[in-house]
Amino acid sequence: MPELNTSSLPDLVFAFLFFIMMVTTMREVTLKVEFRAPQATELQKLEKKSLVTFIYVGKPTQDLQAKMGSETRIQLNDAFAETSEIQDYIAQEKSSMKEEDQPFMTVSIKADRETKMGVITDIKQALREAYALKISYSATQRIN
Amino acid sequence: MGKKRKVPAVNASSSADIAFMLLLFFLMTSSMDTDKGLPRRLPPPVPKEQKETDVDIKKRNLLVVLINSQNQILCGDEFIDIKQLKDRVKEFVSNPNNNEHMPEKVEVDVPYFGKQMVTKNHVISLQNDRGTEYQAYIDVQNEIAAAYNELRDDLSRQKFGKIFMELDEEQQKAVQQIYPQKISEAEPKNYGGVK
Repeated sequence: MPELNTSSLPDLVFAFLFFIMMVTTMREVTLKVEFRAPQATELQKLEKKSLVTFIYVGKPTQDLQAKMGSETRIQLNDAFAETSEIQDYIAQEKSSMKEEDQPFMTVSIKADRETKMGVITDIKQALREAYALKISYSATQRIN
Repeated sequence: MGKKRKVPAVNASSSADIAFMLLLFFLMTSSMDTDKGLPRRLPPPVPKEQKETDVDIKKRNLLVVLINSQNQILCGDEFIDIKQLKDRVKEFVSNPNNNEHMPEKVEVDVPYFGKQMVTKNHVISLQNDRGTEYQAYIDVQNEIAAAYNELRDDLSRQKFGKIFMELDEEQQKAVQQIYPQKISEAEPKNYGGVK
């Protein structure tokens, strides 16, 4: 049997590797809340990822429920937070950006579909106070 | 000097394995999900000292969409189904029959289109209860966005033969001037029952 020439295999794999590196983003935070994003059809892609700040809203994950209870919680970065902390968090995120980028800062609210609007409203109020007016309600494409 | 010195070849047979390891590492640590969502702009905060000055909006220019804690939708003053909402909003925004109870039209000079009658002052006021489910809220936001998108697409197709997203920036601005998106998310209030 003629032997297969595998000398180009590493190159192929590297090419594939670069592709993956381009299309994916590093997962920055470990999720401490569970959420299933709501569904919608009129979605728009979030543009520059570096300008997006995420706020996660949902129930704590299974293994954290014993400690944190099953009440809906807000997660900022790697920790649970209260609504009162959002304003500081946004201010902090904002100051870490380049000055010319600051007006384009977008806050993406990733909330569970069963969240009560009370929580969301509180977040929205906090964001208004923090002058982070560009927001995006994160959702997944509905398949009809 | 007749002897050629032979460079020993580097054994490259393991580089494939190394590349695979790198590949696997990136596959594990990265996420593929592209983040999508409904973009909105929040109104700037109301200064604390300032008393709430209700901007006087004529009744005909205002469409109130209210979602109560049972996720029912009240549009204008009747309960409707989520499927009806899009057509309601479309009719409200475009006011095709110059209905007296629909928003008034103002003449606006728009590039590409010339003078146009536009329902410039219309406002869709979206109100919700603290107990409303997020999905219901997103549904309503989505339907309103869909209504605007359809109106803009129709107009773009009529005028430029392309859908709104494919137009260039100037053209998009012109279309946006004719159908400006005016969604007001009211200050939170408590409606209908307990929290």
